[in-house]
Amino acid sequence: MIQTALDIKTIRKDFPILNREVNGKPLVYLDNAATSQTPQQVIDVIVDYYQNYNANIHRGVHSLSQEATDAYEAARIKIQKHYNIAKTHEVILTSGTTHGINLVANGFSSFVKEGDEILVSAMEHHSNIVPWQMLCERTGGILKVIPMNLNGELIMEEFHALLSEKTKMVFCNHVSNALGTINPIEEIIEASHKVGAAVLVDGAQAAPHIKADMQALDVDFYTVSAHKICGPTGVGMLYGKEEWLNKLPPYQGGGEMIAEVTFEKTTYADLPHKFEAGTPNICGGIAFGAALDYMNSIGFEAIAQYEERLLKYATEQLLEIDGLKIYGTAKNKTSVISFNIEGIHPYDIGSILDKLGIAVRTGHHCAQPIMDFYQIPGTVRASFSFYNTKEEVDVLVEGVKRARNMLL
Amino acid sequence: MTIEKIQEEIVDEFSMFDDWMQRYEYMIELGKSLPLIGEQYKTDDNIIKGCQSKVWVHAELDNDRLVFTADSDAIITKGIIAILIRTFSNQRPQDIIDANTDFIDEIGLKEHLSPTRANGLVSMIKQLKLYAIAYQTQLN
Repeated sequence: MIQTALDIKTIRKDFPILNREVNGKPLVYLDNAATSQTPQQVIDVIVDYYQNYNANIHRGVHSLSQEATDAYEAARIKIQKHYNIAKTHEVILTSGTTHGINLVANGFSSFVKEGDEILVSAMEHHSNIVPWQMLCERTGGILKVIPMNLNGELIMEEFHALLSEKTKMVFCNHVSNALGTINPIEEIIEASHKVGAAVLVDGAQAAPHIKADMQALDVDFYTVSAHKICGPTGVGMLYGKEEWLNKLPPYQGGGEMIAEVTFEKTTYADLPHKFEAGTPNICGGIAFGAALDYMNSIGFEAIAQYEERLLKYATEQLLEIDGLKIYGTAKNKTSVISFNIEGIHPYDIGSILDKLGIAVRTGHHCAQPIMDFYQIPGTVRASFSFYNTKEEVDVLVEGVKRARNMLL
Repeated sequence: MTIEKIQEEIVDEFSMFDDWMQRYEYMIELGKSLPLIGEQYKTDDNIIKGCQSKVWVHAELDNDRLVFTADSDAIITKGIIAILIRTFSNQRPQDIIDANTDFIDEIGLKEHLSPTRANGLVSMIKQLKLYAIAYQTQLN
């Protein structure tokens, strides 16, 4: 047992999926960085929506539509409070982190001229690299990379040296999906603002571990996916400072985002609707709010403490295995362990673990530049959540040992 | 031995195991014993597209028979390609083209692989058959 203020046994009862078997073995779900599992409290909200008040929002005159609209807007306020956002209309509901990034990158095309620079960190997910490459192709902007060291930490001196008046946008994830590194975004935001650059932070991986305070961070944009934080897939949030959101052109045209339409001219709706074209993921938005309620009822401080202990234990146990190497050993990291065993392909380890009922991610984790940096084809990634146990870590360690014996 | 006979043999071998861990162990053994491709053929041109791990295949004609050699950086993938090579290597190109591959379903290989590996398996079969078509054209 790991000392914790959390009652893990009771918490696990909230997650029906954790009771199932995979390949005849009890499921050990350690792919939480890819997607988190959904507690009954959130599933109930989803079922309740479809059973009792499924309707389109913001336009209906009837009661169901009003109920759905109220619930959806109440979720927006929950998100606002959770992230300590100054104004409700600074919360844009999106389909997820990737949507949020594309929305900002697309809008930013209007502000970037030839020769302007965009900085991205070396540990980005593909979804954070490609939209900026596309922007640079359109505008003649230049993409520059903030390098990292072998521990998987950004080299901050290099970052400061890269910053200049030419820098228009700095893009960085709060937590690296492949390595778990928690990046010093406070320092990045402060320094970027000094040269007049805007900062977009991808908070997808931070969401289940860190309760980020938008006003304290003073970040310009921050984006999150609900499914990383016990909510459903296909919904997320983009936070943007009001002044930025007013400046950015709309991303998609459609219903809901307009004020008035004639064939000659359309005027756009006010925030946040200007960026919310079409019927949104109504049920998803409401469930996102419920997921935040659930996470807050457990408490982020207790979650972080417990996960840190789980990470420490798992790291110690895994390092006992001959030839095992961990990638991403930053001082400041979340409960993610990316590893390889010398002489064994990560896919092989992942396949054996799957047969033992253990779910991990294998591959390049949509972060090929990181794999190129370490000159490896990929890693096995075990990512732990607050509902995982020390016993599950033991099952993982035994599984990896067994895989090693079979494969070498 | 005909392709069909070899396939029957493989189906028999796989039916002897009780569970998939044992089958994996067997595939790993097969992978380890796969006759390796000459280093000079491990080029980007010989990499099969659609596999998550790297798979190289080389084919050459020995009289009227097509001989395959292969390698992969992942051992289970090597086991999969070993099964395919055992089936198709040293066979006439036309027989390879005509061969059906239902035995893959019979041994349950596809459903027990991850979706990415199952896609890779399909790509491997396609690539072996493409080699056969190319060499058959040459023979004609």
